[in-house]
Amino acid sequence: MGRIRTIARRSFLIGSAALLGGVAFGAVMYRRPHKNPLPEQLVAGEAAITPYVLITPDGITLIAPRADKGQGAYSVQAALIAEELDVRLDQVTVDPGLPAPVYYNTALASDLLPIRSTNTNYLADLARRVADAPVKFLGIQITGGSTTVPDGYDKLRHAGAVARETLKAAAARKTGLDTAQLTTKDAHVVLPDGTTLSYTSLAATAAGIEPADAPALRDPSEWRYLGKPMQRLDMVAKSTGAQEYGIDVQLPDLLHAAVRLNPRRGVVISHDATQAETMRGVRSILPITGGLGVIADNTWRAMQAAQAITVEWGPAPYPAGMDAHWQALSDSFTKEQIDSQYRDDGDAAVAERPITAEYRAPYLAHAPLEPINATALVTDTRIDIWTGTQIPRFIQSNISALTGIDTDNIHVHVQMIGGSFGHRLEDQVVRHAVELAMSMKGTPVKLTYSREEDFAQDFTRQIAMARMAGSVTSGNVETCDLGIAMPSIIASQMGRQGFPAAGPDTQIVAGAWDQPFDIPNYRVTGYRAPDLAPISSWRSVGASTNGFFHDCALDELIHAAGADPLAERIRLCNHAPSRKVLEAVGEMSDWGSDMGETRGRGVGFCLSFGVPCAVVVEVTNSAQGIRLDKVFAAADVGRIIDPVNFEAQVSGGVIFGMGHAINCEITYADSAAQQTNYHQYEAMRLYQCPEVTVRGLENGDRIRGIGEPGVPPAAPALANAIFAATGQRIREMPFNKHIRFV
Amino acid sequence: MKLTVNGTRHDVDVEPEMPLLWVLRDELGITGPKYGCGIAQCGACTVHVDGQPVRSCQLPVGDLDGEVTTIEALGTPDALHAVQAAWIDHQVAQCGYCQSGQIMTAAAFLEVNATPTDAEIDQALSANLCRCGTYPRIRAAVKSAAARLNEA
Repeated sequence: MGRIRTIARRSFLIGSAALLGGVAFGAVMYRRPHKNPLPEQLVAGEAAITPYVLITPDGITLIAPRADKGQGAYSVQAALIAEELDVRLDQVTVDPGLPAPVYYNTALASDLLPIRSTNTNYLADLARRVADAPVKFLGIQITGGSTTVPDGYDKLRHAGAVARETLKAAAARKTGLDTAQLTTKDAHVVLPDGTTLSYTSLAATAAGIEPADAPALRDPSEWRYLGKPMQRLDMVAKSTGAQEYGIDVQLPDLLHAAVRLNPRRGVVISHDATQAETMRGVRSILPITGGLGVIADNTWRAMQAAQAITVEWGPAPYPAGMDAHWQALSDSFTKEQIDSQYRDDGDAAVAERPITAEYRAPYLAHAPLEPINATALVTDTRIDIWTGTQIPRFIQSNISALTGIDTDNIHVHVQMIGGSFGHRLEDQVVRHAVELAMSMKGTPVKLTYSREEDFAQDFTRQIAMARMAGSVTSGNVETCDLGIAMPSIIASQMGRQGFPAAGPDTQIVAGAWDQPFDIPNYRVTGYRAPDLAPISSWRSVGASTNGFFHDCALDELIHAAGADPLAERIRLCNHAPSRKVLEAVGEMSDWGSDMGETRGRGVGFCLSFGVPCAVVVEVTNSAQGIRLDKVFAAADVGRIIDPVNFEAQVSGGVIFGMGHAINCEITYADSAAQQTNYHQYEAMRLYQCPEVTVRGLENGDRIRGIGEPGVPPAAPALANAIFAATGQRIREMPFNKHIRFV
Repeated sequence: MKLTVNGTRHDVDVEPEMPLLWVLRDELGITGPKYGCGIAQCGACTVHVDGQPVRSCQLPVGDLDGEVTTIEALGTPDALHAVQAAWIDHQVAQCGYCQSGQIMTAAAFLEVNATPTDAEIDQALSANLCRCGTYPRIRAAVKSAAARLNEA
């Protein structure tokens, strides 16, 4: 037991070897439940029947522990609880709750396993459960990996059902009736004679009884909310300026802060703040990790003062210019640097492989529109932190290590997030805010990064390179041998959290090795490049680069075979739900219909996070450049919880994927990011945005999330469409290095 | 320094170079206008000055000449502006951080062009950045709002 426990504590398990060592006892030991944190927060007359349902005489609160960064997480978590609890969403308040181990994410770790999501046999499922066990044991509360719905689908409905039955038991106690005679509707228990008892009036009674046993969950045919178009809970607030984000936090005596950080992420050698200290509104300037912080009475004044500091920066722990970064990737295609070879069908190594290509994908910033920020209030005995975050429990332990204050006394108040795309999986800004607030005990300090600091300090998407060698025979793809080189995302990201990553990093090949195709000679090799600039998860993670590499490589081979791009993908496909999304986009786009001389149509496909997603893009090769006309996308998540938000996530993901593919990159010169603001990092603007038509399918065997899977197939679909319209293959993102866009 | 925001007179003690955005947010506590870029590239800070859309991050408060309206006074949850109602009907927002600026830009645009073409909508709103990719619903909502305003 000691070994697996040590591994679980110290490493974020990403390799098969370590996981399989834990089978025998892991599942048993890690099944130990975490306690419900809500009762400690209650006063008399209030009931916290499960960690997700809080009922007081004043109202009903549903706890939604997964962060909402725009993907609608709060609404979907609330709907899952409400469906079984029998409340309308306008009858409840939704709250992210305080971080607690019980809110661990069950669905996260298994996605890092080298098991194809299409593999549903017993051993694969057992390995998934074992991988998730340490996440449960450690109480790792993370939002990410498109897991909010798969993680909460049973858990949250079950919480609602337990709460409903407990309220019925409370009503039975109060009335002397049998629970079997009671029903529930719209936050009330209904008695046989039609009279009703509100849930809130039952809170005091419910608090005194044991939670009811879990009843069976309702069949989807009985659902009233789930599966039907919903109105998101945040829509009115977000349309009227009333939505408060972390950056809007207001507290009595609040001071404002800005930072000046080493753009090379090294140390400060020396600095001179003489002039800055005299500027209006400045309270103090002090050293923080990697730079300097300014506390002032207004954010703008703090930012102006930060700019007025002169600093000599220390060197970077990574190469100065892009040539060296690309060279490091290029040099990584060696036997010694093989990280994984999970796919090796047929004889790809020795087959004749006359068709070759090399692909590149650059570093990318997350750049959500709300710059990262955190507000901290430090006293001798407790710390309060207000911030938008996907990792509240990591923040507790990191701030505990920084300050010596116990994690129980570090209160993280999770805020609505103005976009993330993975940005809020990092917590450097919180450390900086606390470092500043420690110098002002008793006074809250809100730190806002300037947009320029946000770009400069981003832990970007990985840089990556791929090499394909292949062959075709008699109209079919015969051999596809794809090698992908990148540094380890998970090692870089989890390393900053003190979890050294063990084993191969499945993200190096995610979205490539696991694709549902039968090609006679088919191999995908991951090469682990040395660590370069620090990197992190960017919407769809490994698949954001690998979906482009794999699908474009396949498109080239299909073209060489003289086959139809859609028909050949369908012929090669060995997974029914994937085949159906390909067929769906064919039908939606009227694939095969004549487009004329100057137009072209391309298809892209990627299975990521267990979700097959196919995209068809139509472009015109106009005198002003490539114009995006129409996009058709189909994805299968097994079961769609809210078709309105599903459409938004697929459409948004595809637009996000195409926009970055067209014109975005982060490049380093003298080890500092050269792009400082949106004028150098535009992505999609309204005038460029095509019509997007989305179709959701429900053929998959289990429920999946949809925040990410729209991204990976978008870029290859666009590249393949440009090829169809122009005959030009684009093998490097951003595409505008090679072709002009309208 | 005196300024009128959402019909209320305020007297603030700030230097004239301070951008209007930071007077609104940090001095007056009006947080509907958002800080996104600070260089008029994203439009999240858009407010109206005498009905004209203005990037408040680029307007020194000393140069302000007119009454300021922010998203909070365009309409309220109980009395929505037609553009806000259309935004809710079409469920436009994802993260929502850009939407104050999108809505303020769209409302000012529809004041001067009640029957816009698709190309005119694209032109009017392309300086407002949305990182989540809500553009198709923004387009649809602007059209709905135009129709709604023309009925009224």
